[in-house]
Amino acid sequence: MSKYTEDDLREELKTTEYEYGFYTDIESETFPIGLNEEIVRAISKKKEEPQWMTDWRLEAFSVWKKIKEPEWANVKYTKPDFQAISYYSAPNSKPKYDSLDEVDPELLATFKKLGISLDEQKKLAGVAMDVVIDSVSVATTFKKTLGEKGIIFCSISEAIKEHPELVKKYIGSVVPQKDNFYAALNSAVFSDGSFCYIPKGVRCPMELSTYFRINQAGTGQFERTLVIADKGSYVSYLEGCTAPSRDENQLHAAVVELIALDEAEIKYSTVQNWYPGNAEGKGGVFNFVTKRGLCETNAKISWTQVETGSAVTWKYPSCILKGDNSVGEFYSIAVTNNHQQADTGTKMIHLGKNTKSTIISKGISAGKSQNSYRGLVQINSRADNARNFSQCDSLLMGNECGAHTFPYIEVKNKKAQIEHEATTSKIGEDQIFYCNQRGIDTEKAIALIVNGFSKEVLNKLPMEFAVEAQKLLEISLEGSVG
Amino acid sequence: MELKDKLVSSFLAFENHINVDSKVHDIRSEAIKTFENEGFPSKKDENWKYTSLKSILKHDYSVFPKQEKALEYKDVKQYFIHDIDTYKIVFIDGKYSSHLSQTTHDKIDVCLMSSALEKPKYELIIENYFNKIAAKDSLAVLNTAFSREGAYIHIPKNQLVNKPIQIVHFSTGNEVALMLQPRNLIVVEENSHVQIIERHQSLTDNPVLTNSVTEIFANKRAIVDYYKLQNDKHKASLVDNTYIDQKRESLCSVHTFSFGGKLTRNNLNFFQNGERIDSTMKGITIIGDKQHVDHNTLVHHIEPNCESHQDYKGIFGDQSTGVFNGKVVVEKEAQKTNAFQANNNILLSDKATINTKPQLEIFADDVKCSHGCTIGQLDESALFYMRSRGIPKKEAKALLMYAFSNNVLNSVKIPELKHRITKLIAHKLGINIGFDL
Repeated sequence: MSKYTEDDLREELKTTEYEYGFYTDIESETFPIGLNEEIVRAISKKKEEPQWMTDWRLEAFSVWKKIKEPEWANVKYTKPDFQAISYYSAPNSKPKYDSLDEVDPELLATFKKLGISLDEQKKLAGVAMDVVIDSVSVATTFKKTLGEKGIIFCSISEAIKEHPELVKKYIGSVVPQKDNFYAALNSAVFSDGSFCYIPKGVRCPMELSTYFRINQAGTGQFERTLVIADKGSYVSYLEGCTAPSRDENQLHAAVVELIALDEAEIKYSTVQNWYPGNAEGKGGVFNFVTKRGLCETNAKISWTQVETGSAVTWKYPSCILKGDNSVGEFYSIAVTNNHQQADTGTKMIHLGKNTKSTIISKGISAGKSQNSYRGLVQINSRADNARNFSQCDSLLMGNECGAHTFPYIEVKNKKAQIEHEATTSKIGEDQIFYCNQRGIDTEKAIALIVNGFSKEVLNKLPMEFAVEAQKLLEISLEGSVG
Repeated sequence: MELKDKLVSSFLAFENHINVDSKVHDIRSEAIKTFENEGFPSKKDENWKYTSLKSILKHDYSVFPKQEKALEYKDVKQYFIHDIDTYKIVFIDGKYSSHLSQTTHDKIDVCLMSSALEKPKYELIIENYFNKIAAKDSLAVLNTAFSREGAYIHIPKNQLVNKPIQIVHFSTGNEVALMLQPRNLIVVEENSHVQIIERHQSLTDNPVLTNSVTEIFANKRAIVDYYKLQNDKHKASLVDNTYIDQKRESLCSVHTFSFGGKLTRNNLNFFQNGERIDSTMKGITIIGDKQHVDHNTLVHHIEPNCESHQDYKGIFGDQSTGVFNGKVVVEKEAQKTNAFQANNNILLSDKATINTKPQLEIFADDVKCSHGCTIGQLDESALFYMRSRGIPKKEAKALLMYAFSNNVLNSVKIPELKHRITKLIAHKLGINIGFDL
């Protein structure tokens, strides 16, 4: 058998086109490009929103006009022209179906290609899906089962109409409009997203899940997710993304807010596989996301993310550990290949006593990509006995990529205990040799080693996601080792 | 008048005292322009996020001390490592004190920056080395603009300097507030070995601000050991900028012992321009009150097969603040780099703060880089163990802190200095330790 060389791998990689790069031809209703107060009003009107929501959006817009785009992240890209984007697009076939049969067959076919066939998911995985395709929810399943438990799981625009008291109370409470540039932009123009409320003491019987897709050419996607876990409740929320292949850069600026009241637990898992651009670094999605959770007493928020896509990622899922004894966790795998750039990490703000946080971050860079971990652990003076453990490991493949760590640690309490460690290494030739010797070809060996490297994080993913994530890791890294 | 404006305008007066028709002066004029544009760094600068100069810049510092004041050796003996023979370069209020110094031109040059800048025989060296690696940030350029006095050390090829060199800066309190800007240049040629101890000491409680720049060049296979002893009065502040350029197979280490001062900022930069270089940076910080110590280190790995070791220990009491900002950059060509960085801290009080930011920027794949950082307290069970064996709590605590910082002391190569630091630490921790480490 002839040796499978690095060149072969590289060649194969080049020819492997982005698997999910296809474009569904659904007629979309798109607003004129550009952003001004009129557009914000129009979006609000389109969504039939009450006056307070319109005002809230306008307030955010006025803030957005004043702040500048952040430039501190370790990423380089051509800034998107915010006046050249259309801020609203919705699939034309009218939403609200009673059963899946009524859904536009073309759309269903799209999902099939993505491997998330609704009926299959329904039967096999027992996952309720709130499918967002270009901003408007078109199918919500398992709503009935959830309804019996008093769980509200719907699109945010529906929630604004039907549960205004909850939305009004919590929206912007964790990520205020003026938080940062992208959060302000999102607050002004968000088109849709998911809303979830788990009542007191209820353990959500299934994993809640949303799939996002960017579909319409030149359309920015601005999701807004709000998850509220009332006292003593539990919910596991999955979010997964794939986007079709496009040459011009697409913008994605989402905001996710989690609120875990006393003794509640939220587990939020993400698999992100937006289009990363081609091998020359052309195209790809800009992913500028603000995700933050608030923990009240004894509450727990756990973020798990697998980031394999996007040309530029700027994402810091954070926990504000406000209540005593609350727990924050962050598990992340960020894979970058070709010209991808990722600047991701977390913030753990310890305010309450006996608060605990764990950060496990695995960065894998290959090709000409740059992968940065940026994190903040802040222990405030009131946070007695706060505990943090952080570990950031980077794996480098090839000598044209970079791995960076920027951990910030600020401690103002003497009873706090903080540990931070970071390592950078590559896949050893001896490891590959060991596998080769035992009949495992180089490509499989790499997959094996990478899987082992990221095991601590993969283990935290729910079953359905773990499988997909493993597959993604393999696809993104094939042939990147020398 | 703001200090910045004062400095800019006093540059004209400064020009009256020096030779303005030299190449060095072109560098100075360029530097003052840069400073005028940039001003002092503020908290908005990422590198100064945790350290504010505001409180120390408010004094009305004299830039040129008016009169000289002589000091008797017996009065200041305690500030020297006096139990061994050393070369000494001593400055009083920024002026060279020949009386206290012991310099040489025998084989090696241990003398003054002012003579190196003025005398034609040093012209070539100045041209080759002066201001070649100092950063262009505002404090370093400010020093460059006023560069005139300091230590100049040149060790030619194949010289083992037989005794350590002490550089000591005294400020006498003759001025109400004094700003000092010493400029040191140290060139160590092939196969030579030198040990240097640097100290800044104020003798009264009048505020002093020292903005020092030291450029060190270690050529092939040179060995440079540099020790910085920072145990100044509580009104004195120090911004220390040290730049080290290493050629292949050289070995440099910088130990920083920060026990005193109001605000101490150490900018320590290593540039590895060659293969098989070893760089070591170690530090012990023990502070209390409202003291502030900031260690800002950079190791730039440019070529393959090099190593760097960083080990910083900090113990922070009362309302003190500790900052550690360590950066390791590994360039694409610097394969087989081995970089290690550790920062361990103990907080003794609820009002003390630690901000630490250990960064790695890595562009090469075949490297071993790691950093570790911990913040914690003394081990209760270890304390209990000692107390149950009759060691009083205070002593037990001190012993633990001692043990904590011992790693750093181990690599101090001058026994007398080690002894001195041991005593200083014991004093700082308020105990008597009946043995030497």
